[in-house]
Amino acid sequence: MKEISQMNNPYHDEKVIDACSIFGVMDTSGRRFSGEGVIRAIANMHLRSNGLGGGFAIYGLYPEYAELYAFHIMYLSRQGKRQTEAFLKERFDLVCDEEIPTRPIPAIVAPPLLWRYFLEVGQHRPQGQSDDDYVVEQVMDINTKLQDAFVFSSGKDMGVFKGVGYPEEIADYFCLEKYQAYLWTAHGRFPTNTPGWWGGAHPFSILDWTVIHNGEISSYGINRRYLEQFGYHCTMQTDTEVVAYAVDLLMRKHGLPIEIVAKILAPSFWTDIERRPSGEQRLLRTLRQVYGSLLLNGPFTVIIAHQGEMIGLTDRIRLRPLTVGVRGDMLYLSSEESAIRLVCPDLERSWIPMGGEPIVGRLKQPLKSQSLVTAREKAQDAD
Amino acid sequence: MKTYLPAKFLIERDPERCIRCQVCVNQCTFDSHYYDAEDDEVRSYEESCVGCHRCVLFCPTKALTIRSNPLDYRDNYNWRPEVIEDIIRQAETGGVLLTGMGDDKGQRIYWDHLVLNASQVTNPSIDPLREPMELTTYLGQKPERVELHADLSLKTELAPQVRLEVPVMFAAMSYGAVSLNVHESLARAATEMGTLWNTGEGGLHPKLYKYGSNTIVQVASGRFGVHPEYLDVARVVEIKIGQGAKPGIGGHLPGEKVSLEVSMTRMIPQGTDALSPAPQHDIYSIEDLAQLVWALKEATNYTKPVSVKIAAVHNSAAIASGMVRAGADIIVLDGLRGSTGAAPKIIRDNVGIPIEMALASVDSRLRQEGIRNQTSIVVSGGIRNSGDVAKAIALGADAVYIGTAALIALGCTVCQQCHTGKCAWGICTTDLALTRRVNPDIGARRLANLLRGWSLELKDILGGMGVNALESLRGNRFHLRGVGLTDTELEILGVRMAGS
Repeated sequence: MKEISQMNNPYHDEKVIDACSIFGVMDTSGRRFSGEGVIRAIANMHLRSNGLGGGFAIYGLYPEYAELYAFHIMYLSRQGKRQTEAFLKERFDLVCDEEIPTRPIPAIVAPPLLWRYFLEVGQHRPQGQSDDDYVVEQVMDINTKLQDAFVFSSGKDMGVFKGVGYPEEIADYFCLEKYQAYLWTAHGRFPTNTPGWWGGAHPFSILDWTVIHNGEISSYGINRRYLEQFGYHCTMQTDTEVVAYAVDLLMRKHGLPIEIVAKILAPSFWTDIERRPSGEQRLLRTLRQVYGSLLLNGPFTVIIAHQGEMIGLTDRIRLRPLTVGVRGDMLYLSSEESAIRLVCPDLERSWIPMGGEPIVGRLKQPLKSQSLVTAREKAQDAD
Repeated sequence: MKTYLPAKFLIERDPERCIRCQVCVNQCTFDSHYYDAEDDEVRSYEESCVGCHRCVLFCPTKALTIRSNPLDYRDNYNWRPEVIEDIIRQAETGGVLLTGMGDDKGQRIYWDHLVLNASQVTNPSIDPLREPMELTTYLGQKPERVELHADLSLKTELAPQVRLEVPVMFAAMSYGAVSLNVHESLARAATEMGTLWNTGEGGLHPKLYKYGSNTIVQVASGRFGVHPEYLDVARVVEIKIGQGAKPGIGGHLPGEKVSLEVSMTRMIPQGTDALSPAPQHDIYSIEDLAQLVWALKEATNYTKPVSVKIAAVHNSAAIASGMVRAGADIIVLDGLRGSTGAAPKIIRDNVGIPIEMALASVDSRLRQEGIRNQTSIVVSGGIRNSGDVAKAIALGADAVYIGTAALIALGCTVCQQCHTGKCAWGICTTDLALTRRVNPDIGARRLANLLRGWSLELKDILGGMGVNALESLRGNRFHLRGVGLTDTELEILGVRMAGS
């Protein structure tokens, strides 16, 4: 895999700098729908990317294999594929595999081999380790130790599709209009210091967690050093990787809900904290004291997704754009409102959330029954 | 014995301007000026001049100029004038050469080889005049994670934390080494600016108890002035193991400096020498330190952080790791250039390591061991301006101490005569006639101004980098680059070469 990671950052910059378009849509009732609208929406923000990376994360994708880990792997050589498949057979029960369907189009040049595998952990994992931790370990092993292979999707009932090209070209290449799912996120990339590499496109993912990101995190150096203490090694040198690991640490390992995580990644100012009632003040202050090194400082908007949940968040002074749209059970998040209006002209409501305020869509609490009441009220107050 | 020491300075007095008012005679504590009544003229003993420039500043007609005596010995890179004169001085006295302030030799100052980053194009810089910019810092032990109850209320109880509005504190300078007026100036400025000052090892005068919530009290090897109320009024208790100016060396406050008030504060008889042993005699090992740390926590009912201060020496990283495991909520590293009221010159200039190296290796080591959150790191020893502060924070410090810079704000010109007790600026002396030269009203204002200026500059530096909170710079070495450093130096600092 060494070759590929070199390609991600050929000049050995501290990190890869890029800017982007992002779009996410979720049917909170769980109804699955085609990606055709998502592709049109992200294509509408064509100018926000430069053809050096596009990608999609799709949830509710493989209902027939919902209990199996679905690995999407890109290979640079047949040799890499043979080695990796031997590795997979040794570490997993391989239920089935196939080439990821693609259609050749002129815009996509020299694509890697793309294959997907449906895997069961079965009796392979050691006593006392969870299936998820076992899978993370295997993914890290393939990505850092094996030559010419890169796992870019590893969750259940979901998949990531990405590559070098404009997002609409990537969608075309992967025939994404044929898939049905209840949650889609999409990303178009504008890197400034890398020629673009298939694995370096967004979304970044581990298990069923995906992150798409627009921004540059100026606190990257300390965020990364903090995460290293917890065993996360940032091999890709992108800020997006830092966001993904921070979310994994806080939500999966420390068990904190997204409302709390938002207060860590994009905390209130100290003066605002001092104005809160005493209980809340103590909570917010403690979070900042303990997790100060995870404050993501500098401009960013992220859409984080995992099974059943989609979260939009900006930095605390909102230096990158995010617009929210709601219609019925549908929740839209986008860099630009125009992209939402294009696919859903009759929005019930749209607004720009406050910096650092998370927007959350959940399957368990569909918008119609539970609704984003507080968020909407806030938006109305702001009006 | 006739001295072979030439005068260091030439005193030039413009006869046209001199009005023979004798202000210089009265201001000079080293007897460099005298009035010749017979000739009605003011004259100089140039060999006594230390170059403190008190007379120059106070001469009402600006008649005085102090210049270095050129002393053109034959050029010799090895036998420089300072080397020659030190030998002469020792040949005439047969003693240890004493000096004041910090190491003045030419070892590399790494701050001057580090440069800071700023945002261009790919992310916006932030204007601190128009947007919030946060310098607030909390010192103290932090847990690895926060735990919440099911209703999202807080389950985790934090160890005591101390809030600083600016990450710059006043370093330990004891009452006896400096005057009560200096202590009061420091205490009032710290209180006004929301930071802390440090008593040093000579106790705390009862007059200053009211500034306790901005006071760090020291517990040092002599245990001077340590009693329950002293611990109770403080915000932080600091165990002093060593000092950058004299690692491994104790202290000696001569009996003539132990005035009535000093004797009361230090709890020793008036006029007796105050001897601080070189080690703490109840700490011969790391487990002994742990006992003292926990004894002080117990004595203060776990209400305040306990800090441990060491001089930066070769094994600082390993020692620091032990200190954290011994329960130190704050560790203080005092570097090669750390100052003193009096130290053997040979120790001051030759023992210890540069603070930049010590800081970088300690911060890295604590992170490797996963215990960085268990302590706050404070560094001192030669911090000169807000640029040094920003670089220290980027290397991994939570806050810094300033000593010399604070004294300069009060008038000090770094003439290095602290050990003589004759400070013409009234700072490093207990002579009541001289201590009046520092007015606490004015002193506090000058010190607060200095911190205010540095705060504004720090905010500009942060904003330029595109971050609006100090914690995003803390330990963020990607915002530093090295200039003119070797690969090994860059590796220890954890910093990349400029341009790479």
